[in-house]
Amino acid sequence: MIAEAGHYALVLALGLALIQSTVPIFGARWHDPALMNVARSTALAQMVFALGSFAALVTLHVTSDFSVVNVFENSHSLKPMIYKITGVWGNHEGSMLLWVSILALFGGLVAAFGNNLPLSLRAHVLAVQAWIASAFYLFILITSNPFLRIANPPIEGRDLNPVLQDIGLAVHPPMLYLGYVGFSISFSFAVAALIEGRIDAAWARWVRPWTLLAWIFLTLGIAMGSYWAYYELGWGGWWFWDPVENASLMPWLAGTALLHSAVVMEKRNALKVWTILLSILTFSLSLLGTFLVRSGVLTSVHAFATDPERGVFILLILCVFIGGSLSLYAWRASALKQGGLFAPISREGALVLNNLFLTTACATVFVGTLYPLALEVLTGDKISVGAPFFNLTFAPLFVPLLIAMPFGPLLAWKRGDLLGAAQRLFAAGIVALVTVAVIWAWTRGGSALAPLAIGLAVFVIAGALVDLTERIGLFRVPVAVVARRARGLPRSAWGTVFAHAGIGVALIGIVCETTWNSEYIGTMKPGDVTHVAGYELKLDRIMQRQGPNFREMVVPFDVSRDGRQLSTMTPSKRSFTTRETTTTESALLTRGVSQLYISLGETTADGAITVRIYHKPMVLLIWFGPVLMAFGGMMSLSDRRLRVGAPKPARAPRALQPAE
Amino acid sequence: MKRIILACVLAACVMVGSSAAYAVLPDEVMSDPVKETRARDLSRELRCMVCQNQSIDDSEAPLARDLRLLVRERIAAGDSDAQVLDFLVARYGEFVLLKPRLERHTLLLWLLTPLVLLGGGFALWMYGRRRGKSAAVENPSSAKLTAEEEARLRQLMSAEPVSDQPVQGPR
Repeated sequence: MIAEAGHYALVLALGLALIQSTVPIFGARWHDPALMNVARSTALAQMVFALGSFAALVTLHVTSDFSVVNVFENSHSLKPMIYKITGVWGNHEGSMLLWVSILALFGGLVAAFGNNLPLSLRAHVLAVQAWIASAFYLFILITSNPFLRIANPPIEGRDLNPVLQDIGLAVHPPMLYLGYVGFSISFSFAVAALIEGRIDAAWARWVRPWTLLAWIFLTLGIAMGSYWAYYELGWGGWWFWDPVENASLMPWLAGTALLHSAVVMEKRNALKVWTILLSILTFSLSLLGTFLVRSGVLTSVHAFATDPERGVFILLILCVFIGGSLSLYAWRASALKQGGLFAPISREGALVLNNLFLTTACATVFVGTLYPLALEVLTGDKISVGAPFFNLTFAPLFVPLLIAMPFGPLLAWKRGDLLGAAQRLFAAGIVALVTVAVIWAWTRGGSALAPLAIGLAVFVIAGALVDLTERIGLFRVPVAVVARRARGLPRSAWGTVFAHAGIGVALIGIVCETTWNSEYIGTMKPGDVTHVAGYELKLDRIMQRQGPNFREMVVPFDVSRDGRQLSTMTPSKRSFTTRETTTTESALLTRGVSQLYISLGETTADGAITVRIYHKPMVLLIWFGPVLMAFGGMMSLSDRRLRVGAPKPARAPRALQPAE
Repeated sequence: MKRIILACVLAACVMVGSSAAYAVLPDEVMSDPVKETRARDLSRELRCMVCQNQSIDDSEAPLARDLRLLVRERIAAGDSDAQVLDFLVARYGEFVLLKPRLERHTLLLWLLTPLVLLGGGFALWMYGRRRGKSAAVENPSSAKLTAEEEARLRQLMSAEPVSDQPVQGPR
């Protein structure tokens, strides 16, 4: 009954989406407010039905209704409740349903909070949103229906893939999808602007909060996924340049570029055509990511859906939307009027530079991910493109970007003073150089580039702080004035400081972890002691334990340093009987921002066990950085201007003086 | 062979597989730490060919172990890093390298990044020049301030209280 209701709700959502895709467009054409307003009610109703359908699937999973194929294949009655819920999107059908539910949610939010949008713009935006939704509803209903029944219901399910039975699954995919799908809003706005042939700074103000929201979720989603891989996969890697990871990194890079170009558009009415293109590209890359992951075209470590029928369907969606929007862009973009002029050395110029490097980085990831596929299809040659390629091509792009980053916020709009900015960054430069010298003197081993990279990271952080101190007048005016200025400083300025500093923080983590991590690989017996990075680890005993739906072998280690007992770490290996698989649960001990990491291998005949112990210095900074960036994004999102001032249409442009 | 592939695919299905924690096994480690470091570095550049996007340094597949032992065998025999790679490519093909060599069929892969960067930079430069010119043509007088305007500007700026804050964007 619930399954049928869920299925029916999905069909109704499709029906509503089809109405929403067409009627408002005609309404806008005929200037009929009643028809245009159809978009709002259908978007809200569609949200209700899509979320209802999703809720139905969650209910089926929670109640372990094994008469539904999806539940039978991915659930087990003994599974802990949290994994019964997260298991809903731990499979192809469920994750697609989550995808469209989020899409409908975003559409509903635009409808609910878009009262201040011009009527025709809202109608167009929601119509475009409904085109995407219709395509994906059709995809689910035709190729991946999660509500199919089994004629003779089995008594027990097949259980969820054990690797996915982790809190990471509860957070990572929904976050990532909120990011991916969130970019659909800026896409819809861009296409609507192209259809209307009109775009102004007010447009950028509407688009920016949505882009920012999507970007925050994507940032957190990627960071969360990386941390999940780090502790779950058992060899302490946190980024593998796996095609699936690249698929999420590409929209992030393009989305970051979009955020920055939207600033220019909002503030200075420039870069309009480019911002539109970036909006289209960002969501296209999100679609590409969905295609890569969901079609099974990459047989990568993440892929858990393979079915050519689905692949072709998504490819079709991909071609229609990307091809269609880019054609529309080619046809209409020239109609959009160009705005404000600026000198190369200016805030705008810095943001353009940022866009150039981020887009290039995005193109690098793109070619590295898809080139092997294309080459194999075209010539049959098989090549591999992996981490060493990306380290060589992608990483260097960030050096000039990071050097330039602190300068950007210090330059004035229109025409900036590079020398002046450099003078103000003098202190940051000194701090960075001192850091380089100190690290050079204190550390042994590792690449000579490592201290320089850390110096760069410190420069980025210090640069962000310099920007802040300049703005609030720290050290130069009385404390009371500083406090007042800090309060008065726009939240978006605070956001910039945090986000930029976050990049530096993450870079420090990355460099330290890759350069100075130490490891021990060996076989140990109970009572054996080993030393890693000054820590003493004693293997206490090997014991067996029974979990809810698995058996596990637990191996407690006593960790001490300088003869002082610190803690006990308990890595384990779990065997899941239903799927006959085992997982490695590594143990982590956090000391400051560094971590000790133990994971277990096989047991040998004589009762010893293979262990890998790592010490990863500063490793947590890798994820604190993105968290800081997302926090900066949230600060910026709470900016008064985006909450209150947004819907003012463009004022009559003042006569602006050209830059030169 | 078929069993290896099957095992690897199964392992890949569970993301990285059952017990991924024993990539490099203790018995593989070379006694000479310098050579071992070389072996590890090389291992990171080589693909476990039956796995999905894993280097032999990370993979637990039997084939990866064979390759790791082979790399160490060649290093022990006195091969240079390049010779080890050549040996493996001759035996297993280009697919084994995680960083493809620059050849005709990988030209675009390697050159796209610099091309985009230079092309983008050039396009920006041209665009800036064109817009600068067209603006100057449209409004030639505005490019330079007249002497009067300069004087007025100086007067305005000196009249302001000592600026303790740089000109900032958001107002």
